[in-house]
Amino acid sequence: MNAMNMVTPPPDLAAISALQSKLVSALRPILPEHALLWEPEDTIPYECDGLAAYKRMPLAVALPETESQVAQILKICFDMQIPVVPRGSGTGLSGGAMPISQGLVLSLAKLKKIVSIDPFTRTAVVQPGVRNLAISEAVAHLGLYYAPDPSSQIACSIGGNVNENSGGVHCLKYGLTLHNVLRVRGVLMNGEIIEFGSLAPDSPGLDLLAIVMGSEGMLAVVTEVTVKLVAKPKLARVIMASFDDIEKGGNAVAAIIAAGIIPAGLEMMDKATTRAVEEFVHAGYDLDAMAILLCESDGTPEEVAEEIERMTKVLEQSGASGIRISKDESERLKFWSGRKNAFPAAGRLAPDYYCMDGTIPRRHIATLLKRIAGMEEKYGLGCLNVFHAGDGNMHPLILFNGADQEEWHRAEEFGTEILEACVELGGTITGEHGVGIEKINSMCVQFGEGERESFWGVKGAFDPEKLLNPDKAIPTLNRCAEYGRMRISGGKLPHPELDRF
Amino acid sequence: MRTSNPKIDAFQEQILSAAKNNTSISIEGGGTKSWYGNANAYTKLDTRSYSGILEYEPEELVITACAGTPLKEIEAALEEKNQVLAFEPPNFGEHATFGGAIAAGLAGPGRISVGNFRDFVLGARILNGKGQDLSFGGKVMKNVAGYDVSRLLPGSMGTLSLLLEASVKVLPKPAATATLQCQISQEKALRILNEWAGQPLPLSASCWIGSANSDGQLTIRLAGAAAAVKAAIPLMSSLVNASELDPSSAALFWNDLREQKLSVFENLAADQTLYRLALPAACGPLLIPGAANEVILEWHGQQRWIKAPGDESTFAAIKQLATSHGGHATRFRQGVHVDPSHQRFTSLSEQAHSNALVAVQERLRFAFDPAGVFATKRLP
Repeated sequence: MNAMNMVTPPPDLAAISALQSKLVSALRPILPEHALLWEPEDTIPYECDGLAAYKRMPLAVALPETESQVAQILKICFDMQIPVVPRGSGTGLSGGAMPISQGLVLSLAKLKKIVSIDPFTRTAVVQPGVRNLAISEAVAHLGLYYAPDPSSQIACSIGGNVNENSGGVHCLKYGLTLHNVLRVRGVLMNGEIIEFGSLAPDSPGLDLLAIVMGSEGMLAVVTEVTVKLVAKPKLARVIMASFDDIEKGGNAVAAIIAAGIIPAGLEMMDKATTRAVEEFVHAGYDLDAMAILLCESDGTPEEVAEEIERMTKVLEQSGASGIRISKDESERLKFWSGRKNAFPAAGRLAPDYYCMDGTIPRRHIATLLKRIAGMEEKYGLGCLNVFHAGDGNMHPLILFNGADQEEWHRAEEFGTEILEACVELGGTITGEHGVGIEKINSMCVQFGEGERESFWGVKGAFDPEKLLNPDKAIPTLNRCAEYGRMRISGGKLPHPELDRF
Repeated sequence: MRTSNPKIDAFQEQILSAAKNNTSISIEGGGTKSWYGNANAYTKLDTRSYSGILEYEPEELVITACAGTPLKEIEAALEEKNQVLAFEPPNFGEHATFGGAIAAGLAGPGRISVGNFRDFVLGARILNGKGQDLSFGGKVMKNVAGYDVSRLLPGSMGTLSLLLEASVKVLPKPAATATLQCQISQEKALRILNEWAGQPLPLSASCWIGSANSDGQLTIRLAGAAAAVKAAIPLMSSLVNASELDPSSAALFWNDLREQKLSVFENLAADQTLYRLALPAACGPLLIPGAANEVILEWHGQQRWIKAPGDESTFAAIKQLATSHGGHATRFRQGVHVDPSHQRFTSLSEQAHSNALVAVQERLRFAFDPAGVFATKRLP
């Protein structure tokens, strides 16, 4: 997406510069020269993450190489009361790693060692900066892999995955990050080392590992992760089914699950997406289909044959207008290529696209798609719909031109209305991308005051001074009150000069 | 305060009055696990008045029910649609409730292949210690909005909040299962189970019963696609010289293991304790001084049961042994002559790297329950 800076009130430059010098001189003794950046030309790559519309310059960026440096940095910031924004690979799509103007960005990118691999216990100990895919690559010769596969897996880091509880195409069968991590070691804001979970199946006390998962860098800075490895399936095949009606496609998803099958992947694309990607990848998609379903089966050859047969039967009964089954690995990858290239294909249709991430109960897929079609009219913007249909996680891609400020506001409004529809249908505003800074206002819609107060309680239990990524994920009371007033005035925003995350 | 449900109002009243009187409340469902965890004598809050399945859509793979719903009712509803709670939470009695099972957080034989109770919890509605009616999570598989508070509840033993309702993920019953049995030493059993777990085999559960220095009985369950199970039976049996159990004896075995009704669990002597050890996969056979010869290994050796004297020094030795291997130990069931006031769990401070956890956990509990309404210390 093209950059578009949010307009912020003019900061007190002299005060910021004084704070910056203070922070830099405090951090200098503990970090090598190349590991501390503060000149604007060095820190500008850190001004945003994968959600480039939200950006800010930090005071400085620290790139520690050891856990001990991480702990010292945090202790120094804690003593100086300077907020810290932890950052992995910066691929996040919700602005969770957007800097704080008067804060430090703590990049974990240099902690990128695979510490150990144990094939017998099917575990690997890795540092947070290790890329998701690098784990699977490092254990492939053992017949093992790390199951969660977010679409950014080439670049995204395991520390980021822990903080977002990342999913992926295969999480219907293999679970989220939460289900594939045994232990997380980290540092609290006050510099104390802490460990959540263990290699045993459970640990004494409350299960704090569960709450650290998906905590968006607000509870602890991750310094080491023990992941579960699973046996690589011998074979995978995918069915590509076309439907002449969105509703039939949505019902087919429910029918597969109701038949007692948990496919390895179950993805859906609407007609607009199919057309956009076909032009891009030439996978031979049915261009007349209103919806295309991709259903994957993996396991032993016997298992896959049995499951493919059962799924084919269900798809036929659900009224599929066409069914193709991948004959070999290259055809399987070809069928998937369109789904995997939906984002770049969207990038060809419009200068910018805005990726949403709501989740709804599977049975409402068709309802939501119809509503989105109505919103396309209302906002005068196109939208491609691709989603992890198996778990109801939708990724509508709203097309817009970022050079036009007014069009970006319309895109944002469009996105917010989709998320509100997700909540209304019994779902959630974010399935896997996180709240970050982007969806923080929608948190006011999904949760009441009591719940939000409890979230602050959780935050305070780990970080009583509220210094670790404090402006993300959980809105303050004031923000929600302000947001409520903005919504009431409808459409146009009263104070376009203010931050409105 | 969300609704004006008289049953919830009554709970709320009990909570607020306890807060006012500076006392605590012991939450109880059917009382089938009342022996589990540290003893306390606080007034009970009976959840059974708030009962019933609220929503069950088999194709969504989610069931939502009130805490006081009998677990049996939930299992029967799932059975009708050929679905299950795949982690097989033990009932330990006729009257077990959904809420009680979540609070205990225990899991049965399937835990090693599918995960534990918290892996399946999607959302919860609670009353916190201030009597606030709060909902967290939801009914969908993927949800990262806000901290995952509902997953803190399994295993919290009623020490965090009162659970009102929960949404739990369910799974279809496996298309096929088979159970194999053989005689094998503990060491060999641990080795081959871990090897199998690293291969694409439909291994779903295991149990080894025997004494440390001789062969014992290994029982394994295969579950998955019919073709996968069929192909795995000869492959796995030939490696350990196993024979297949008939389906009804197999079902009985796994149910008795889950409910601790196998003969090896019974006849706990008056001065004995049944200890539970949770251990990493790498942990080999352990010799426990003073313990009965026979041990029961589940979850490929990651959960072990032993009978040994219930005194403090035995527990200290067992805890030490477990923590030195990276795990922990629990006094699970106690004989009638064992002092009920004994601490049942390994404390956080006895674990490596968990000192910082003590303060975090304390502040977390305070955030949900500032007056200590749920501070029964049942789980320290």
